[in-house]
Amino acid sequence: MIELSQVVKTYQAGLATPFTAVDRVTLSIPAARLTVFKGPSGSGKTTLLTLIGCMARPTSGRIHLHGLAGAALPHLAPTEALEITSLPERFLTAIRRRTFGFIFQQFNLVRGITVLENVLLPTYPTGEDPRAVEARAVARLESLGLARHLRSSVDRLSGGEAQRVAIARALINDPAVIIADEPTAHLDSRLSEEFMGLMSEFKDAGKTLLITSHDPIVYDSELADLVVEMRDGRVVSET
Amino acid sequence: MRPPLQRYRNILDFALSSLLRRKGRNLALISVYTLVVFVIASLVFFVQALKREAHELLAQAPDMVVQRMVAGRHDPVPLAQVEAIRSIRGVDEVQPRLWGYYYDPVFGGNLTVLATEDAALAPDAIWIGQGVARSMRIKEGDLIPLRGYDGQSTLFSIQKVLPESSELVSSDLVLMAPKDVRALFHFPEGLATDLAIQAGNPRELPTIAAKIVELYPDSRPILKSEILRTYEAVFDWRGGLMVVVLGSAVLSFIIFAWDKATGLSAEERKEIGVLKSLGWESSDVLLLKFWEGAVISVTAFLTGVLLAYAHVFFFSASLFEHALKGWSVLFPRFRLIPALDGYQLTVLFFLTVLPYTAATLVPSWRAATVDPDAAMRS
Repeated sequence: MIELSQVVKTYQAGLATPFTAVDRVTLSIPAARLTVFKGPSGSGKTTLLTLIGCMARPTSGRIHLHGLAGAALPHLAPTEALEITSLPERFLTAIRRRTFGFIFQQFNLVRGITVLENVLLPTYPTGEDPRAVEARAVARLESLGLARHLRSSVDRLSGGEAQRVAIARALINDPAVIIADEPTAHLDSRLSEEFMGLMSEFKDAGKTLLITSHDPIVYDSELADLVVEMRDGRVVSET
Repeated sequence: MRPPLQRYRNILDFALSSLLRRKGRNLALISVYTLVVFVIASLVFFVQALKREAHELLAQAPDMVVQRMVAGRHDPVPLAQVEAIRSIRGVDEVQPRLWGYYYDPVFGGNLTVLATEDAALAPDAIWIGQGVARSMRIKEGDLIPLRGYDGQSTLFSIQKVLPESSELVSSDLVLMAPKDVRALFHFPEGLATDLAIQAGNPRELPTIAAKIVELYPDSRPILKSEILRTYEAVFDWRGGLMVVVLGSAVLSFIIFAWDKATGLSAEERKEIGVLKSLGWESSDVLLLKFWEGAVISVTAFLTGVLLAYAHVFFFSASLFEHALKGWSVLFPRFRLIPALDGYQLTVLFFLTVLPYTAATLVPSWRAATVDPDAAMRS
């Protein structure tokens, strides 16, 4: 479970024009379930996910990971709770690498290199055996129907293919939590349904899924266990 | 604990493919960088090799040369002094030398004319250096008229062209019999241009020089070590002059490299954000940028040094010869013996590779230490 307690994120705090993107959010997100964050642009969905995903620190409040950071920090007991907002940078990096897999709205693939290299990127600093990780990446790409694009440059992919590469990259370190930011924003309905099909597989595999979206295909999906509606940085409803 | 060696290798692999992604930019950078290293390394190699050449050639030079001075100018030495100087303790041999300069109005250059007692030299014949043969377009067996002091020309046959190996010192040389030198220049009998002295013990040379000055106060003894020092100073001065001229080019490169190295493009910043969001630490990003900078600068350094080596030792520094080899119209052509100075190469390495590599790290460090959430917002 991921537990947020009175989490606030204010940009330009102390300056003339402070902006509070997340305002006193208290929330419990169940593990191994699909949680959708919906709301208009600027409602704080993406910021909230960056805080949960250890990409930024909240201005105030606490975030606890219950039994999710064991792969990143092996000294933790499997069910032990970890408060992440006060952790040093290198622990946050380890958690980002092992606990979370990110699928960005713009996919954020590194241009000019191949599909396979993009998927391997999160493994480079781990120093793992390159043959083992490459075999893993190839298997993952094959399962996503990208076998013939392994050595192609990512610049040549269609939107749907690029997203599947981003998914393969998010999964390469076998994270417990997958965070997807507006994943269907650039996909047509068929590809959006396909994406949700993949999410279903990951949910069945026990992954915790956090998705921001204002696409009804996502937030009205039967797969969604919890839908959190946000507005002006606050949670307005949980269904 | 992650295996550190594999991590270095993985990141190096990615650095190489990153460099290939920006081929145009990086090739331009490496080309300019290589050019600067090439020019400086050529200069260093050339000056170093010339100094070594001069040392080796002067090893066979007389220990001391004695000139006579009149009103502060070099004047012929009476041969009567030969015996008196030979009798000084420590002097092994005194050899009067007869030489002078001959200006050839046709090709506008000065030749050095030196008398030789070599028995192999035929009557009315001369031996000439490679530079003379090239400039005058003459070869063995040809006849050449030399204009004497009185305007009358004398014909000499070319008996031999001196070997290429001695060209650094013999390029402009004309060797002829003593009687021909005296006739050509109207050089009086009983006088020599200077005296070449060999001593048994080089440590006695200063004492011998002092005794010669005591005996002949108008004489000027010049020790071999002083000639060597003069050569060193001349080569250093010429090398230094080139460095000053090239300074502006080097400065332009530094500005260019600094601009290229320190300015991270928006795309590079975004990439750093993406890498951090994927679990790269700041130190991993810095290692990546370090490899990128190191690959560019080490490639440019090695290429520049190898090109400079070929330029100086295979092509006789053809780009610099007018500035460095001599001051006459007769430029010697010679192949220098490779002489590498590890110290100077090390200094060159630290002056070129380190600043660039460091310059690439500073902006990357700034970008790598910010929160990676920028990647989410792009």
